[in-house]
Amino acid sequence: MTARGELIGAILLLGALALGPAVFPAVGQPFLVDLAHRLIIVGIAAVSLNLILGYGGMVSFGHMVFFGIGAYAVGIPAYYDDYSAFSHLVALLAAAGAFALITGAMSLRTKGVHFIMITMAFAQMAYFLVVSMEEYGADDGLILYGRSEVPGFDLGDDTVLYYVCLTCLILAIFAVHRIVGSRFGMVLQGARSNDRRMQAMGFPTFRYRLVAYVIAALICALAGFLEANRNEFISPDMMDWTRSGELIFMVVLGGTGRLFGPLFGVTAFILLEEYLEVLLDVISPGLGVYWHLPFGLLLILVVLFVRGGISGLMGPARA
Amino acid sequence: MKYLKAWMAGVALTTAAALPVQADDPIKIGIVTTLTTPAAVIGEDVKKAFELAYEHMGGQMNGTPVELVFEDDGFRPEVGKQATDKLVKQDGVDIVTGYIWSHVLLASARSVTEADKIIVSANAGPSQLAGKRCHPNFFNVSWQNDQTPMALGEVLNQRGVKSVYLMAPNYAAGKNMVSGVERTFQGDVVGTDLTKWGKDAQLDFSAELAKARASGAQALWAFYPGKAGGAFIKQFTDAGLGDQMELYTVFTVDALSLPRLQAGGLDGVLGSLATMTWSPDLDTPENAKFVADFRAKHGAYPSFYAAQAYDALFFIKGAVEAAGGIEDVDAVRAAMRATTSLPTRGAVTFGPNNFPIQNLYLRETIVDADGNWTTKIVGTVYEAHQDPYAAECAN
Amino acid sequence: MDLALFVTQTLNGLQLGVLLFLVAAGLTLIFGIMDFINLAHGAFYMLGAYFCGTVLALTDSFLLGLLIALPLTAAAGYIAEVTIARSLYTRDHLDHVLATFGLILVLDTAVHWFWGAEGMAVPSPSWLSGQVGLFGAELPTYRVAIVAVGLMVAAGLYLMVAHTRLGMLIRAGAANRTMVQALGIDIQKLFAVVFAIGAAMAGLAGMMIAPITEASIGMGNEIIIVAFVVIIIGGIGSIKGAFIGALIVGVIDTMGRSYLDQLLKLVMSEQFAETAAPALSAMLIYIIMAAILVVRPQGLFPPRTR
Repeated sequence: MTARGELIGAILLLGALALGPAVFPAVGQPFLVDLAHRLIIVGIAAVSLNLILGYGGMVSFGHMVFFGIGAYAVGIPAYYDDYSAFSHLVALLAAAGAFALITGAMSLRTKGVHFIMITMAFAQMAYFLVVSMEEYGADDGLILYGRSEVPGFDLGDDTVLYYVCLTCLILAIFAVHRIVGSRFGMVLQGARSNDRRMQAMGFPTFRYRLVAYVIAALICALAGFLEANRNEFISPDMMDWTRSGELIFMVVLGGTGRLFGPLFGVTAFILLEEYLEVLLDVISPGLGVYWHLPFGLLLILVVLFVRGGISGLMGPARA
Repeated sequence: MKYLKAWMAGVALTTAAALPVQADDPIKIGIVTTLTTPAAVIGEDVKKAFELAYEHMGGQMNGTPVELVFEDDGFRPEVGKQATDKLVKQDGVDIVTGYIWSHVLLASARSVTEADKIIVSANAGPSQLAGKRCHPNFFNVSWQNDQTPMALGEVLNQRGVKSVYLMAPNYAAGKNMVSGVERTFQGDVVGTDLTKWGKDAQLDFSAELAKARASGAQALWAFYPGKAGGAFIKQFTDAGLGDQMELYTVFTVDALSLPRLQAGGLDGVLGSLATMTWSPDLDTPENAKFVADFRAKHGAYPSFYAAQAYDALFFIKGAVEAAGGIEDVDAVRAAMRATTSLPTRGAVTFGPNNFPIQNLYLRETIVDADGNWTTKIVGTVYEAHQDPYAAECAN
Repeated sequence: MDLALFVTQTLNGLQLGVLLFLVAAGLTLIFGIMDFINLAHGAFYMLGAYFCGTVLALTDSFLLGLLIALPLTAAAGYIAEVTIARSLYTRDHLDHVLATFGLILVLDTAVHWFWGAEGMAVPSPSWLSGQVGLFGAELPTYRVAIVAVGLMVAAGLYLMVAHTRLGMLIRAGAANRTMVQALGIDIQKLFAVVFAIGAAMAGLAGMMIAPITEASIGMGNEIIIVAFVVIIIGGIGSIKGAFIGALIVGVIDTMGRSYLDQLLKLVMSEQFAETAAPALSAMLIYIIMAAILVVRPQGLFPPRTR
């Protein structure tokens, strides 16, 4: 169960996001719509990581690789003038599914820090593979000259795409909610706290984890698909290991294993990233370029003193 | 209640700010450059030059005050694009300029052109934007990436070099530079190494330099902009390659790397040759003033990045004045196309792809009268040279 | 095959290897003894380079730079242990990763603040300039010196761990932390000392590389990921593992960059080989690490008892 404070916070936040495209331009802040849009998409990725990290105890240090795969599932067909969303999604399912299944099966044989390192290793391999694809822009990335085409929808319209993304975010949260509450989710969480006991009880926990890993990968790839459409630009930088590190931070900042935690974490992270610099420049012009310093300090302080992240501040999780 | 009132007032203010541009509003110019990461060494030079140009024009264009808005691209295409989006959508700038890196520019250009505003690259000149993906609203006041290495290939031919080994970073400009040399050089390219670039750029070139030596090539050609240039030259010298291979560079030995090389006593670089569209000693009155004032203010020679930034702001000023203001984008664009000179370079015209048609010079690294290391023009390789992609542009 | 080129590349690989060892040794000790993941360990590598460069600029002496920068870097490590790491030992790895990720941001920005964004050119000592001839190869003297110093430090570390009381505690700590604590050893002091030694070694690596690549912000972040690969391959907590792992990674990475394109050309088209080689050589060490993790998760040389 979700704490009441957390639920109220989430409803307020989602409500603000839903009203964004109407309100922000009206108050002379059209760029906030872009920011909210990015927030929603990264939110989907964070929700997917929370499923395996928060509920499954799997600290994947390469989760953003799936974000990149989702983006390139749009970019590479589009490079050959295939803008059909159907082809993009088929490519996404095939590529992200296969990569998650193979690397997940190998990674999940390891535990603890070894799991962190092996997921990072696989992500680095994929990263360098993309970097070497000269045809698809390599390091420089790919510019898309159009968006995925869905019959009946005009994704080319920013507002339509915005609400599609928001719907996906809400569906992703709902999906995690259902998974966590199901028998499958119980086993997953049980295996996090005591894997041996779950195995002794006859649950093939490896398979449960692998399924969760693949589901999370596919949701994250969907976020990448949406990001490619939003930004109309993709690059290997999306799947760099530091991006995966930031995603972990967002999830922890929001509160691991809390349904709406990732949403709060992403919001706080993106607002800080965007406005800390502006704030510092207001204090003293030229100070803005040093925004990483207070940002890093905050990160350390959050880890040291704020257990349970932002969701934790809104009330304890109820069993 | 008090807070609510204050908030309402704030909303009213921001709404007012978003109203259509009025005649006495300042001309807002957005500048995207690199202010963080080690590559900020270039961005800071660029910023200084924009500010000097601003000073020299008295903060005005066509009698209207000018406002410069700097944004950091963090050396990353995504961040550059976000910064550009913000300038266009939120800050309501009239023109966007800056852009050191080709990949950042490629990611960002459409955000400006699709908003029907003009974008002026002060450095990056990727082939895509010069050819098939050219746009009437995209201008470049520096050079197309291929031009300088093409001139260098020509120099190699003239000097009777038979074989060369190429080294460049692995990104859009690096590849353009390599293709530029290959386009004109008539001897053998015995090997090419593209090294990792970006925020984790490779800076130890030992393996590649050893390969270059073993290849037996007569000359080594390199493109390492920014801080990588200093490290490259240093390792080249330390490895004792100076006695075995002639060194030719583009965009590597410049006012940013030379003071460091001088401090390190790496005199192997003196006398090395490079091609470029500009040099501090280029003989135009405006260039002399720019270089003198820059040196007086910052105690160092300006880099070519700085010269181009200075040119970019005066290029915009010239067009705004010819068009009688910034409001009419069509008139400004036409005036830009009709530009015939840039302050630090003298005569420069613009081709159908909005890239400059200009001279390319051979520069030699020398010691100036005060004992500082700098570059001097020793010859003209091409006169009024146009990039090879202009024909592909359908503007 | 060109022997001179092979000798040069082997030296280059060894040079990268010993630098990696200096960084990885501290990392593996901190990890092995305190079970603490220190992503910010690379920051000491950077700090060492900047400290040394600054002293060098003031005194014109590289040796003095080393002598003053080493205790400074050790002190930085000590401070990091006392202020941040100490309160995190009882937490899980996730918290370590995040807090030290934050520390990286803080230290990188602090360096930007104090020394500027442009990095610092560090001249190499003139008494180490020039080249040494070996098997027909011309090797830069400075790089040969790096390898020599790296090997000496490795030998010194081995002697210290094998034959001193501190070394005995370190070995005991890596093997069984709780037992050392139970024996009434001031474990906190031991941890802080290990942190300081680790920082000083990483700093030494930074000081030695600075004359080649210059000191720059974020230089530690490039090496830290590779250092992690090294200690995973070698086995967490094992200095011997870190040493052999570092040499393996250094040599393989360098050889990959120099010979992979030619190897690939034997089995595929020239054009394809030229694009595939840089990617594959960048991936090589990760492929090796993943393979080792799947086949032998404890690494090549795990500490004997845990």
